[in-house]
Amino acid sequence: MKPGMKLKSQVCNTEVMVIRCGTGQVECGGVPMAEDKPAAPGVPAEGKAAGTLMGKRYVDATGSFELLCVKPGEGSLSVDGVILTIKDAKPLPASD
Amino acid sequence: MNLALFLEMAAEAAPDRIGLVCDGRRWSYAELLAGARGAARRIVASGCSHVALLDESSEAAVLALFGAALAGVPYCPLNYRLADADLAGLLGRIQPALIVGDVARSTRLCDGNVTLSRADFVAAALAEPPLDEAADGDGIAIQLFTSGTTAAPKAAILRHANLVSYILGTVEFGAAEESDAALVSVPPYHIAGISALLSSIYAQRRIVMLPAFTPEAWLALAASEAVTNAFVVPTMLARIIDALETAPTALPALQAVAYGGGKMPLEVIHKALDRFPATGFTNAYGLTETSSTIALLGPEDHRAAHGASDPAVRARLGSVGKPLPTVELEIRDESGRALPPGEPGEIFVRGDQVSGEYRERSALTDDGWFPTRDAGYLDAEGYLFLSGRADDVIVRGGENLSPGEIEDVLLGHPAIADACAVGVPSVEWGEAVGVALVLRDGHDRPGEAEIRQLVRDRLRSSRVPEAIRFEPALPYNEMGKLLRREVRKLFAA
Repeated sequence: MKPGMKLKSQVCNTEVMVIRCGTGQVECGGVPMAEDKPAAPGVPAEGKAAGTLMGKRYVDATGSFELLCVKPGEGSLSVDGVILTIKDAKPLPASD
Repeated sequence: MNLALFLEMAAEAAPDRIGLVCDGRRWSYAELLAGARGAARRIVASGCSHVALLDESSEAAVLALFGAALAGVPYCPLNYRLADADLAGLLGRIQPALIVGDVARSTRLCDGNVTLSRADFVAAALAEPPLDEAADGDGIAIQLFTSGTTAAPKAAILRHANLVSYILGTVEFGAAEESDAALVSVPPYHIAGISALLSSIYAQRRIVMLPAFTPEAWLALAASEAVTNAFVVPTMLARIIDALETAPTALPALQAVAYGGGKMPLEVIHKALDRFPATGFTNAYGLTETSSTIALLGPEDHRAAHGASDPAVRARLGSVGKPLPTVELEIRDESGRALPPGEPGEIFVRGDQVSGEYRERSALTDDGWFPTRDAGYLDAEGYLFLSGRADDVIVRGGENLSPGEIEDVLLGHPAIADACAVGVPSVEWGEAVGVALVLRDGHDRPGEAEIRQLVRDRLRSSRVPEAIRFEPALPYNEMGKLLRREVRKLFAA
């Protein structure tokens, strides 16, 4: 995995762009994400189905992973089973 | 990550929403993406190493920007106002290029390129099937020649990673209301013209393009499109304010005006704050090499300074505000030591959006800091004040003098409309202060003794000008940047 890579959910329509990554398994709906879509989509695991939001950045607690949601879906994003949270946007006035 | 992803996301989230209005034609995000993908195929087919734009702003600028990004070829918008000899020099540095715009001029100045008129390029972009696979975005997205106010233009390079980092760090995806519209009147070859397109598309704010700025056209378009946001350079704002004096226009939708690209005269921004009491003003400071904005003074600071009686707060209207949370900024002396607040030196910045890279070399230090060559200082509250280019500092008898400090004092004189301080040769001091002044209409010319006394009363005696001359006007480039090298020539003549 490297920054700039696109990962696809195996359980829903979610797609993310990797902005930053460390070592660990990126999952959506509890199932590892892959570069290709599955032939037959699975279902999100229980507790991993809160959904993803278009254009939001998802990060882990240590800040080593950052994923940009470029297509939303029903699964939740996690790394090694730990749910990622939405990175707080710092509101800035439009400068251009 | 390829910056064309921003357009893909906008088209994915809202394909039918209008993303661009230019010359009366309206483009949805889906149409813009289809055009960019077709343009990418045309660019790849040309086999060229650069995509150049030699044209005013139009839909072709958007299609060329994103088309080049998808094709993995650097996009290089050129200043069409340059003289033939200068433009030919730049064209020679980007061969072979696919040049969009002025076919006759580009073929006359340089052969061996592929040239397409604006209309032919747009038609080809819409006719071509989409490029199958986008470039990975590891490389150079944009090459911009700097304006070269002090030296020959440098080819600044912005990588996809720099611009993506800038947009992700400063813009929330899809944050604009469907009624929001951004009026873009800066030329396409300026970094502000490029960042305006990227920011607006990522925020999903409709871009309203004004290819050729006049204050009347700006006001008419702002009114008819109910424009909510605009970016202007200081000279544009001054002309808009002047035009409003004679022909008042109500712009009730205008929520935010950002400005940058040159020093804003205090008189102009005070007038603008009075003229648009409900509009938020933002001063954005940045360089080509930093992917646009690195510091900004926001609307609340503007209003606070405008209404303040405390001189320190009022002075902030002359500052460029605070650094973005995503960049580090330091003021350093000539030995590279970081300076405390209040002490002037060179501005250094570091961050993912900072490229600091030229075609020939990188200007970054080993630990990633970019020496901007801009001089300035931070006040006690962390507000950044600019005092000109580091190369413009006047060195008199070993003492560094900031031209901006001298100019600010001179501009406080009621009869002086504009001022520029430069170093002039001095047998005694190596360099001494020379000032070129512009008399305000309806005033008598103040005597040299009076001008010298004004500076002596406010600053140290080393700042007192040795040479004083009055000019009908000072030389500016089309972006409102004072051309100090031209002023220096006046004293040398």
